[in-house]
Amino acid sequence: MIRAIMSAEAAPAFMPGDLVRIVDLGKPGHVRTPFYVREKTGAVERYCGVFENPEERGYGRVGLARIPLYRVRFNQHDLWPDYDGAPGDVLELEIYDHWLVPADEETQ
Amino acid sequence: MSTEPHDHTHHDHPLSRQDDDVELTPAEAKFLAFKSLLIEKGIVSPAEIQARMALNQKSGYHHAARMIAKAWTNPAYKSRMMDDAKAAAIELGIEVTEAKLVTIENTPERHNLVVCTLCSCYPRSLLGEPPAFYVSKAYRSRAVREPRKVLREFGVEIAENVDIAVHDSNADLRYVVMPMRPAGSENMSEEELAGLISRDCVVGCALPIEPNADS
Repeated sequence: MIRAIMSAEAAPAFMPGDLVRIVDLGKPGHVRTPFYVREKTGAVERYCGVFENPEERGYGRVGLARIPLYRVRFNQHDLWPDYDGAPGDVLELEIYDHWLVPADEETQ
Repeated sequence: MSTEPHDHTHHDHPLSRQDDDVELTPAEAKFLAFKSLLIEKGIVSPAEIQARMALNQKSGYHHAARMIAKAWTNPAYKSRMMDDAKAAAIELGIEVTEAKLVTIENTPERHNLVVCTLCSCYPRSLLGEPPAFYVSKAYRSRAVREPRKVLREFGVEIAENVDIAVHDSNADLRYVVMPMRPAGSENMSEEELAGLISRDCVVGCALPIEPNADS
């Protein structure tokens, strides 16, 4: 995870189309990564720019380095085993850099 | 429950909603206390609160409807709105408080639906306060995992050969769905077109009104 922490305000680490896995940081508090995507694999849809980390901002800690945000696209059938819908149905959401690893990176 | 006997014949009562005059949650109690303190100290007046609430409701769908209607009639504006919806809103004199607004376009191949599973993030600068359904746990939990069923309940039937993209508005971006211009609206003015676009079209829970073919 050192890569993610060091990349604040840096160039984006992922490009659209890159396969990424959402890690489960097990972090309590004002986190913006819903449980239903944790440990799931999707593809980067776009890089959204850098934003203040809401996990810090939510507690009034401001003035910290801004971190990259991405939109990640998942196939609905990968998220919900019982999904009832077209094979091409997708779900997209926004994930901050430190919750992402390349999909081929081994689970620790 | 009353234990008094009653003499009428038993029958099934329709389920009725619980009244909302139940006990306050701690958060509601804190909110009311905070609000009365602000009023007592003269920081905000009840009239100002009412005016803000009226504004939230009034600003309604008009801002987004204006943008979409303009995009339907003006390809250059549409292209700017697709690139950056916030800039396109500001261009029309709309005050935008969101960090970023992203346009997602409905096409014959793809329908878009917006939800915020974590709370109730909503493009408030364009649409005002979110409606009760958008904030409800039922919508927030179901829109992501059974969007077709949820849309059917809104009267929106999406064909099996059309993909659905659900957008969880979970972090810093806010979304504006650009619906498809309905058939029969070819000769309508921008203002008339804006009247076809309800607030819920902008989160994908509704489709624009189709003008009567015979009118």
